[in-house]
Amino acid sequence: MNQIQRGDLILDIQGLVADVAGRNILKGLNLTIRAGEVHAIMGPNGAGKSTLSQILAGRPDYDIKAGSATYLGEDLLALAPEERARRGVFLGFQYPVEIPGVNNVYLLKAALNSRRRQQGLQELDAFEFMTIVREKMKLMKMDESFLKRGVNEGFSGGEKKRNEILQMTVLEPTLAILDETDSGLDIDALKVVSTGVNSLRRDDRAVVLVTHYQRLLDYIVPDYVHVLAGGKIVRSGDRTLALELEQRGYDWLIEGTNAA
Amino acid sequence: MSTPIAPDLDDLVTQKYRHGFVTDIDSDTLPPGLDEDVIRLISKKKGEPEFLLNWRLKAFRLWQTMKEPTWAHVTYHPIDYQAISYFSAPKSKKDGPKSLADVDPKLLETYDKLGVPLHERARLAGVAVDAVFDSVSVATTFKDRLHAAGVIFCPFSDAVRDYPALIEQYLGSVVPQGDNFYAALNSAVFTDGSFVYIPKGVRCPMELSTYFRINAANTGQFERTLIIADEGSHVSYLEGCTAPMRDENQLHAAVVELVALDNANIKYSTVQNWYPGDENGIGGIYNFVTKRGECRGRNSRISWTQVETGSAITWKYPSCVLIGEGSVGEFYSVAVANHRQQADTGTKMIHVGPNTTSTIVSKGISAGRAQNTYRGLVKVLPSAAGARNYTQCDSLLMGPDCGAHTFPYVEVKNPSAVVEHEATTSRIGEDQLFYLLQRGLSQEDAVNMIVNGFCKSVFNELPMEFAVEAQNLLAVSLEGSVG
Repeated sequence: MNQIQRGDLILDIQGLVADVAGRNILKGLNLTIRAGEVHAIMGPNGAGKSTLSQILAGRPDYDIKAGSATYLGEDLLALAPEERARRGVFLGFQYPVEIPGVNNVYLLKAALNSRRRQQGLQELDAFEFMTIVREKMKLMKMDESFLKRGVNEGFSGGEKKRNEILQMTVLEPTLAILDETDSGLDIDALKVVSTGVNSLRRDDRAVVLVTHYQRLLDYIVPDYVHVLAGGKIVRSGDRTLALELEQRGYDWLIEGTNAA
Repeated sequence: MSTPIAPDLDDLVTQKYRHGFVTDIDSDTLPPGLDEDVIRLISKKKGEPEFLLNWRLKAFRLWQTMKEPTWAHVTYHPIDYQAISYFSAPKSKKDGPKSLADVDPKLLETYDKLGVPLHERARLAGVAVDAVFDSVSVATTFKDRLHAAGVIFCPFSDAVRDYPALIEQYLGSVVPQGDNFYAALNSAVFTDGSFVYIPKGVRCPMELSTYFRINAANTGQFERTLIIADEGSHVSYLEGCTAPMRDENQLHAAVVELVALDNANIKYSTVQNWYPGDENGIGGIYNFVTKRGECRGRNSRISWTQVETGSAITWKYPSCVLIGEGSVGEFYSVAVANHRQQADTGTKMIHVGPNTTSTIVSKGISAGRAQNTYRGLVKVLPSAAGARNYTQCDSLLMGPDCGAHTFPYVEVKNPSAVVEHEATTSRIGEDQLFYLLQRGLSQEDAVNMIVNGFCKSVFNELPMEFAVEAQNLLAVSLEGSVG
C-alpha cells in the first residue's frame, strides 16, 4: 500500500442522495476529507448526521439514490461493511450493542487481525497483542478486568463509549467516524475519550466527529466544522463556526437553505 | 442501492455434512423385520446368558402393547419397524478383534476420517475410546491402563460375558424395559454399547469416550450404555455420534443408564452430530433416546452436558432422579436445529431426597425452517424437603421461518422447595451483526462469535477438547445461516 501523505484525499463525497424506508434523508451532500484533518459535523436533530455515518460504514437499510463516496480512490459504497473496516474505516457507534458471552479481548484480537491480514501483515501472537492492548488501555484509563467482560455487556453508557475509543486506538483506522461519542459522557470521561482521539491524530489519518455539542471541540480541536441540515452541508468553516453555532443555534442557517 | 447484511435469511447452508461418507465393508446384517425369533437370534449371536434373553423377550412383549408417543412437538411419517434391520456387524474373524492390530484397517481409517484415531499412540493422551460401528463395538483403547486402576470400560457385550452379575443387578434398574416405547424397543433388540464401572473411591484416570457410527443402510442403531459409579468415585464420560448421508431416515434408539452411589460423581457429555438430513428435510437420523441417571447415594452428582447439532429429529430428555440426600443433578444443553431439523429436547429433574438441588441451562438455536423445543420437568416429591432448582432457558432465532418453543413443567409437592425459572427468546440482532462486521469480521465469523457467546455457559461445562470440537461443529451446522 502507498504511504498516505498529509493532504492526500481520503474521502470524497459528491452529491450523495439517500433514503431510509422511503424517506429522503440525504439530499445531495458534498464533503471532502484529506489526510491529517479533523472534521466536525454538527447540526440539528434529524438532519441526517447519523445516517451519513451509517452509510459510510456500510449499514444496510439505506437506499443510495445518487452520488458517490470515494475512499482512497476506491468506490466505498461498493464495498461490504467488513471490507470497509479492514481498509481502515472505523465507526464509533452512538449506541454500541451488547454481545453477551463474547469477551472484549476476543473481539479486539479478531478485529485487529482481520485488519492486519488486509494490510498484508502477520497476525499478532498473544504476547504482542496484549502489549499493544495494555498500552492503549492505560491511555484510556481502563481496568484490565474490562477485557474479560462480554462486549459492552452491562456497561454503563460512559464505559461503552470508552470501549469504542479503545477499539479505535487499537485498530488505528485511516478514517475514524465518531458518531456522537461525546453524548452521555461526564467531563472526566470526555477528557479521557478526547485523549484517545487526539492520540490517533496523524498526518496519514483523518477523523470525523459527529456531535451536537461545542464542548467536545474544546478538547479535540477540529480543522473544519460543517453544519449538516436538511440533508446537505449548508455551511463550512473553522473552529469559530462551532462557537457561533453555540451562540446562535441552527435556525439562521436552516432558514437560509429553505430560501435557496 | 441496498446491501443488506442478510439478503435472504432463508438462504441457509451451503455447507455439507462432513461425516457423510459410507465405509465399504463386508457386513453381517440380518434381514429387516422384528419378531421373537430375531431377538433370539441376536441373543444367540452374542452368546448371551439365559437371563438376558428372557429380559429382552419381556421387553419385546411390553413393546408390542405400547404406542409411539405423539406428545412431542415433531412431525414425521410413521416408522415401519418391520422395514428395519436390527443387527449389522462388520464381518471379522470369528472371535472378533483381539486387539487393535486385528481390527479391519478400513474401520480404523473410518475413525481416522472422523477424527477419532483409535491407535492409542495417536490418540489424545488421557482419553480412552470405545468405538461402536453399527451394532457392535469394534475397539476399545487404553484397556490396560484403566484395568490397573480397577476401572472397567468395555463393550457392553463383553460386560455381559465377563461381569454378568453387575449387568443383572443394574441393567434396567434406572430405565426399566417398559419405561417408554423406544426404551422398550431398545431393551428388546439392543446390540452393543459401552459399560463402565468405577470402583469405590477411584477417580477414573482419564476421560472415557464412546464414538458411535451408523454405517450400514436400513439399519437401526440400538445401543445401551450403563455407567456405575461406586461410592466416592469420579468419572467423566463423552460420547460422539455420526452417520453417512442417506436419503432414508434411520432410527437411533439408545438407552443410557447412570447410577451414582454415595458421594459419586458422573459427568456425561454428548456431542451429537448424526446426519441431519438435507436442506429439504430428506434423510437424516431419528434420534429417539432415553437417558437417565439415578443419584442413589448421599451427596452424589450427575451432570449431563449435551451439544445437539445433528439428527433430523431429536427426542431426548437426559434426566436425573435425585434420591440420595443432598444429591445434585445438572443439565447443560445446546441444541441447534437448522433447515428442517426438529428438536424436542430437555430434561427431567425428579427430586426425591431432601436437600437435593438441580440446575438446568438450556440454549436452543433455531435457523432455517427448523423447530426447536425445550421440554422440561422439575418435580419435587413430598419427601424432598429443602429441594432447590434453577432453570434457565434461552432461545436464539436466526431468520424468520424457524420456531422456538418452551414447555417447562413444574410440579412441587413440598412447600419448602425453591424453584426458579428464567427464559428468554431473542433474534440474532442485525445490530450485533453489523457491529462485528464494522470491526472487520467476516459474516460467518460474526455469526459464530454471537452464537458462541450465547452458548458460552454450556460450553464451559464441556471437557476442554470437546469444547473446541463443539464450537467447530456449531460453526459448520450454522454455516450460511445468515447469508
